[in-house]
Amino acid sequence: MKPTNSEAASAAKPARVSRRTMLKLAAVGTLGAAVGVGASAGITHWGRTAPPPCRFFSEAEARLLTAICEQVIPRDDTPGATDAGVIYYIDRQISGPLARHQRNYRLGLASFRKTCLQVYKTAFEELAFEQQTDALRLIEAGQAPEELWSGLSQQAFFDLVLDHTRQGFYGSPRHGGNRDYASYRMLGLAYPNLIGRNRHANGRPI
Amino acid sequence: MSFSKVNAVIVGAGAGGGIVAKELALAGLSVVLLERGDWPRYDEHNDDELYSQRTPALGNPFGPDNRRHRRVVVNPHGSTRIVLPSEGDYSNNAGCIGGGTASYGAMAWRFMPQDFRLLSTYGEVTDSTLEDWPISYDDLEPYYEKAEYEIGVAGDYTNNPFCGPRKRPFPMPAFPYNKEGRRIAEAETRMGLHPFPIPMLRNSVPYHGRPACIHMRSCVGFACPVNAKAGTHNTVLPIALATGNCQLRTGCVAAEIIVDDGGHARGVRYFDSDSRAREQPADLVIVSASATETARLLLNSKSRLFPNGAGNNNDWVGRNLQGHCYVGACGLIEEEVYEEAGPGATVGISDFNHGNPGLVGGGMLANEFIDLPYRFCNVRPPGEARWGKAHKDFQRRYYKHLVRVIGPFQEIPNFSARVSVDPAVKDAWGIPVCRLSGTRHPYDLQGGEFLSEKAEAIIKETGATRVWRNGPSLWLSGGQHQAGTCRMGHDPKTSVTNRFGQVHQIDNLFIADGSLHVTNGGFNPVLTIMALAYWVSDHIKTGWKGSKF
Repeated sequence: MKPTNSEAASAAKPARVSRRTMLKLAAVGTLGAAVGVGASAGITHWGRTAPPPCRFFSEAEARLLTAICEQVIPRDDTPGATDAGVIYYIDRQISGPLARHQRNYRLGLASFRKTCLQVYKTAFEELAFEQQTDALRLIEAGQAPEELWSGLSQQAFFDLVLDHTRQGFYGSPRHGGNRDYASYRMLGLAYPNLIGRNRHANGRPI
Repeated sequence: MSFSKVNAVIVGAGAGGGIVAKELALAGLSVVLLERGDWPRYDEHNDDELYSQRTPALGNPFGPDNRRHRRVVVNPHGSTRIVLPSEGDYSNNAGCIGGGTASYGAMAWRFMPQDFRLLSTYGEVTDSTLEDWPISYDDLEPYYEKAEYEIGVAGDYTNNPFCGPRKRPFPMPAFPYNKEGRRIAEAETRMGLHPFPIPMLRNSVPYHGRPACIHMRSCVGFACPVNAKAGTHNTVLPIALATGNCQLRTGCVAAEIIVDDGGHARGVRYFDSDSRAREQPADLVIVSASATETARLLLNSKSRLFPNGAGNNNDWVGRNLQGHCYVGACGLIEEEVYEEAGPGATVGISDFNHGNPGLVGGGMLANEFIDLPYRFCNVRPPGEARWGKAHKDFQRRYYKHLVRVIGPFQEIPNFSARVSVDPAVKDAWGIPVCRLSGTRHPYDLQGGEFLSEKAEAIIKETGATRVWRNGPSLWLSGGQHQAGTCRMGHDPKTSVTNRFGQVHQIDNLFIADGSLHVTNGGFNPVLTIMALAYWVSDHIKTGWKGSKF
């Protein structure tokens, strides 16, 4: 499907994340993991290739959103949202079919940032993993300072990110997320679905 | 620009319109079939859950598109908002050749005899428009049979004591139960219920030149890659086109039924695939655009004798919008019951469709189609965490351990649940869009609670350890099961068409889709829509005088 939504045109000019910045981001994430702060921001599974730049999100927005998504589906003994490339799913889709959500991401991420700075005196990405979880619960419950959220409710923003993170994690890799069918591996589902390979007759494998 | 006149112009190539096109073309009428969408193409539809008609996160693969279509939804407290076709509240079915039948789950239920006479069986319900159909199960029985044989249904009603009488068995043997279905059928049998295989518009054996089902997990919401799922696009439409009498025009959006000052339909004004204004004159006009879009088209067709829209002088067009009040229960079971064998729904019961003490109507219960992983994120007991490690643990632990029974409680129709046209919002062609307002009848809460309690008892009997119910809501119902907006009836004051789908006072304008349903059965409605399309076609053919009706 081609990106068709007319709202795409009215959105703010995309701020590209440079290759150099993303390498720095990756380094920060690795450091975080090394000192036991948490692996949430670690974009570490790109091998020797630099991660691709974002189309819509600024580097600061991408860093924050990556950390939020990692809270929604964290890495444990199987890959999490960062490993699966969820940020690239969201970035690509809101530059296309989901362009109607651009404004909400701009507003929501700014309010989210302000909320953390006011409540925790620290940027979300720099909080310990458990503190990040607490911050997200606060926003999910709509209990962050109301005055920091105008034009979009905190619960609505949370639900938006929750839904898009799930889409990016469980959807087809062709949309930018679910890298290497990470979620299908996790669930033990055959992938990809091959016509004629994983076929059955009368409900029984043949 | 206008074309030369044909005998019949049909709006919509879905379950209803596809059948009418074939019937009339075979009878020798010249037919133009207008369809806003296009042929579904397999190269556009793989196993992508985010681009499926069931979970259209990134748009509706089988239409309509988010760019050109809009609707207005009136919230229960009175505010309005504009919704896109891929959003749930749009109440979308589909917009492509075959309509919903190209991507449906393909359950092939006949309504039961009592479903056609709810009012006389149960009596009045306060604040409802409950009514008997003007036709009976017996009237429709031969047409159900025709749909089962021409489109193709696999089933076996040996163990279903509740169905209406049938003259012939199903043309194809039933599908076997899957693992989940076996657990549920065993539980139901222990409870004294009567499980049987769900009848399906899907080939269990090669039929009509198309192969047997290969059990893709991505079935419902997708097109079948081997054409084993039967819709109008791969059965009756090819026959209609082969007659040479039927011209199919795709990408054509109907704007108005032209009704002259004498109250006769003269044809259809529409926009073609290049958005050019066109007119197709015809002796007959048949509208099969689904309950929401058929009502919209009639309401947008104003004329001297029908200033409020075709057939709408008594304000019944668009009223009584109904779908189904889906309820059920889920359970988590120790045994791995997931099978890599789509579509997943295999076993049903009709024990609770009628005769429930103190209750009007009821619904069938069946196990459910496979939920792909994104959709499964919402299958949760109340209070379960939505994110974090707990979310992941639940997905990993239970994806293959779910037993579930759900069913469509038959809604009690009400006058305020309606489709009207919005006074301000228009689509890309400048045509006023659907405005959806009202709620379900409060009675559906009572009925839905009852049915979900029955589902819960079955799930508990399977041995599931953790069981929860999915209860009813009042939220306006439409979607794939949308029906009721142009009901048939004997009295022109309280219906839109007569018992043959012929619009009161416009004798050459017909409707052939779910709009005609007076009530919507406690079943998926598609086979009834198909049977009605054959019924309406038969009436047209019988009365056809060579140039007029």
